[in-house]
Amino acid sequence: MASIRLDKVWKKFGTTEVIKGIDMSIREGEFIVLVGPSGCGKSTLLNLIAGLETLSGGEIFIGSDLVNDIPPKDRDIAMVFQSYALYPTKSVRDNMNFGMVTRHVPQSEQTVALAEVAGLLHIETLLDRKPGQLSGGQRQRVAMGRALVRKPAVFLFDEPLSNLDAKLRIEMRTEIKRLHQRLGKTIVYVTHDQIEAMTLASRIAVMDNGHIRQFGSPEDIYERPVDLFVAGFVGSPSMNLFKGRVVEQSGLRLQVDDPAGAVHFPIPRNLHDAARPYLGRELILGLRPEAMVREGAHRPGSETFSFDRTIDVVEPTGPDTLLVFTLGGIEAIGRVDPQDKISVGTKFRFDVDMGRAKMFDPVTGLHLASVH
Amino acid sequence: MSQAAKRGLAARRILERQLPKIVVSPLFAASLFFVYGFIAWTVYISFTRSGVLPSYTLDGLSQYIRLWATPRWQVALSNLFIFCTLFITLCTVIGVLLAILLDQRIRIEGVIRTVYLYPMALSFIVTGTAWKWILNPGLGIERLMHSLGFANFHFDWLVNPQMAIYTVVIAGVWQSSGYVMALFLAGLRSVDDEIIKAAAIDGAGPLRTYASVVLPIMRPVFLSSFIILAHLAIKSFDLVVALTGGGPGYATDMPATFMYSFAFQRSELGTAAASAVMMLATILAVIVPYLYSELRGASK
Amino acid sequence: MTQPAPAGIVRPKGLRHRLMRILLFAVLGTFCLYYLLPLFIMMATSLKSLDEIRTGTLVSLPRQITFDAWLKAWGSACVGVRCDGLKPYMWNSVLMVVPAVAISTALGAVNGYALTKWRFPGANTIFALMLFGAFIPFQVVLLPMARTLGVLGLAGSVTGLILVHTVYGLAFTTLFFRNFFMGVSDGIVQAAKIDGAGFFGIFSQIVLPMALPAIVVTVIWQFTQIWNDFLFGVAFTVGDSNPVTVALNNVVNTSTGVKEYNVDMAAAIIAGLPTLLVYVLAGKYFVRGLAAGAVKG
Repeated sequence: MASIRLDKVWKKFGTTEVIKGIDMSIREGEFIVLVGPSGCGKSTLLNLIAGLETLSGGEIFIGSDLVNDIPPKDRDIAMVFQSYALYPTKSVRDNMNFGMVTRHVPQSEQTVALAEVAGLLHIETLLDRKPGQLSGGQRQRVAMGRALVRKPAVFLFDEPLSNLDAKLRIEMRTEIKRLHQRLGKTIVYVTHDQIEAMTLASRIAVMDNGHIRQFGSPEDIYERPVDLFVAGFVGSPSMNLFKGRVVEQSGLRLQVDDPAGAVHFPIPRNLHDAARPYLGRELILGLRPEAMVREGAHRPGSETFSFDRTIDVVEPTGPDTLLVFTLGGIEAIGRVDPQDKISVGTKFRFDVDMGRAKMFDPVTGLHLASVH
Repeated sequence: MSQAAKRGLAARRILERQLPKIVVSPLFAASLFFVYGFIAWTVYISFTRSGVLPSYTLDGLSQYIRLWATPRWQVALSNLFIFCTLFITLCTVIGVLLAILLDQRIRIEGVIRTVYLYPMALSFIVTGTAWKWILNPGLGIERLMHSLGFANFHFDWLVNPQMAIYTVVIAGVWQSSGYVMALFLAGLRSVDDEIIKAAAIDGAGPLRTYASVVLPIMRPVFLSSFIILAHLAIKSFDLVVALTGGGPGYATDMPATFMYSFAFQRSELGTAAASAVMMLATILAVIVPYLYSELRGASK
Repeated sequence: MTQPAPAGIVRPKGLRHRLMRILLFAVLGTFCLYYLLPLFIMMATSLKSLDEIRTGTLVSLPRQITFDAWLKAWGSACVGVRCDGLKPYMWNSVLMVVPAVAISTALGAVNGYALTKWRFPGANTIFALMLFGAFIPFQVVLLPMARTLGVLGLAGSVTGLILVHTVYGLAFTTLFFRNFFMGVSDGIVQAAKIDGAGFFGIFSQIVLPMALPAIVVTVIWQFTQIWNDFLFGVAFTVGDSNPVTVALNNVVNTSTGVKEYNVDMAAAIIAGLPTLLVYVLAGKYFVRGLAAGAVKG
């Protein structure tokens, strides 16, 4: 087990900067998920930690060792790849053994380690097969087995589930989480799937364009996004972002103009102080779909505000129903109970829990920090 | 629509539907005639007593018996065996080596690749002119070494009946090893990067990565380059003609030159046909199993 | 050939690494010399005078560059008994290669298209049977071909060679185009059918324009093969109708008089120049042809 520390890490490919000065501190035993849109640099960052790419600047520590110039094999890491990268000509057993063979681990230890991991992953019966004879899910298990068998201090996962079908992906997700709970090893996990990030991580790093936008617990990321990028990236469907003007109208309100009539959202009390300087100027209001529900569905006592809109589209998903309507020039989505009977084209009255609303500066994109 | 017009349309539809077959048939017929028909003719002639003129009276295996009793044919066969073995081995070794070396992020890779491969673009009748000179004892390497002060350097393989076949090997390897390099380089480039990364994490250095992980994946490339090289070797004609003309004497004859010589210089059609059939049989023995597995693999 | 092996992997640096790198370049460089040597010798020798050849060595550069050998090789060297240089034979080769390449490529394109995009029962068998023609040692068809050309009155003529190269090139051109068209979605042809286009309409307006890369590869491949051919040339032509490869071989093997090595080398370069140029200018497509025609040789 080991901690990982990144200090002003830079990576350039030619003149293209892919990682732009990332600092990051990972504690021993944490499950860190790097998430972000494609091209944000998350896989490169993982490769840098693995030693599969050479740093252009900065330092990386694993445990207390500076590993900048240490080859991957001496970093006490193991990695699971997106394509699984199993050696196609070797049997499952030889695939898993290979790392121990190159390290001259005694035969008897190899046998014990292999048996243990094969049991853990339920792949005992597959050991003599070639990767080509395995299903996608089985290959995934073997790839994990190959990583586990050496008992490294750090596990690196590069989008390991993205080649699996939806059902298997959820199963393996649970399995990976269970493994982490059981082994307690440090894990760095790259994905573009924010659900995977939310379910697995002890902390999530949201990356964009070579920077880390926010590094925090899943709850932090979801409930307290630091800027518009994180707010828009995390959550599905994503957060509704209404642009409006701050007005004084029985308290501070955000006026969102719309051909069907403007809506005046009361600005949450804890944000009043931060929002007051914006009086007469624009702010962006962020509301998650689940913050907009049928009138009366919220618990009383919260900062509830109600407004009407005509529903354009109704999308039942099963557990909830998504209502699409237009407000302030954007297509907004509310998440309501499937029991609520709605028909397209009729007016619907939403209750909004303004206590959960976020406000963002339209220029900097930053969250308006609540002033205590 | 009138009845006649309807019928006309129907006829056109039928024609349209048959058009692909109508287009393919003459080409297929040409192939049947010029490939299968000609092979049949050659096979037939090989079972006759044909000499200067073809005779169509069957004469059993007499031509084959004569062929196998001809010392020149035996020389041709043993040359083919020597040539095949060395040519395939050396081309593969050099090709694999160069491909691996070129795979190490060489900045001028494109230029080097072009240099390695150009012999394939030139007729050996062309480059053989230079080789003949290089290997010529009076003028070539031998004189060069003498002028450099190695007075005892001796290199007369080209005119030495025992060694001449090895000059054919040298020139043949020169011509075709770049091709094998290109095949393997393409193969190496198609190996998933992540597999090489996985090997690095598993602790394999570059040497072990190639030997234990990458080259085993190249098995199909080994197989196809073997087939190609064997095929090239069996058909070698220009190479021998340009370099030694089959000489000294017939010391460097190969089946291809043997057949040509018996067919067009000595006009022993029956024997020539028999030797051509032997060549075909050899190639079939190599190619058919390969083609069969390829086509079966493709249809899967 | 796209991506070399991943470079970024952190490897132990230091002396050993640098030595390996030097060794790597040494080996690659040595092989460059090995491959370039004959070309260099041909070039250097062709620019020397006979005196200089006698006094110098194999690899020495010409002290005095002279184009006499080139002029002689082109215009007045003796091929057998005729002393007009390679010029008439180059012309023979051009007259042979242009129609043979054009016809075999065009037929291969239609054939490949019909066999892949209009798959009728037996199409695969027909293809397999035709492909076989690419593998046979041509010795097995030499004798009957010689007789057939005689019957057709084409013996010893350039026209006869055009026929031979077209017939035996067809297997390759069909293979190239079939491989290419296999990668073209059937949906495109289906859509064109629904739009009312017929067999030739789809071919000329939709499929052929898409097939430009395959056409380039095929043309280059066929050009190189037919230009470089020696076997058919030497077997089916005589004297005046020889293609340039056969003529070159005759120049080099003419044993009368003083051996003019510089003329031999100049003649060799002249005969090889067209394919060498194609290779330098369109090497990428040539390599693609090599990979696609890996069956040939």
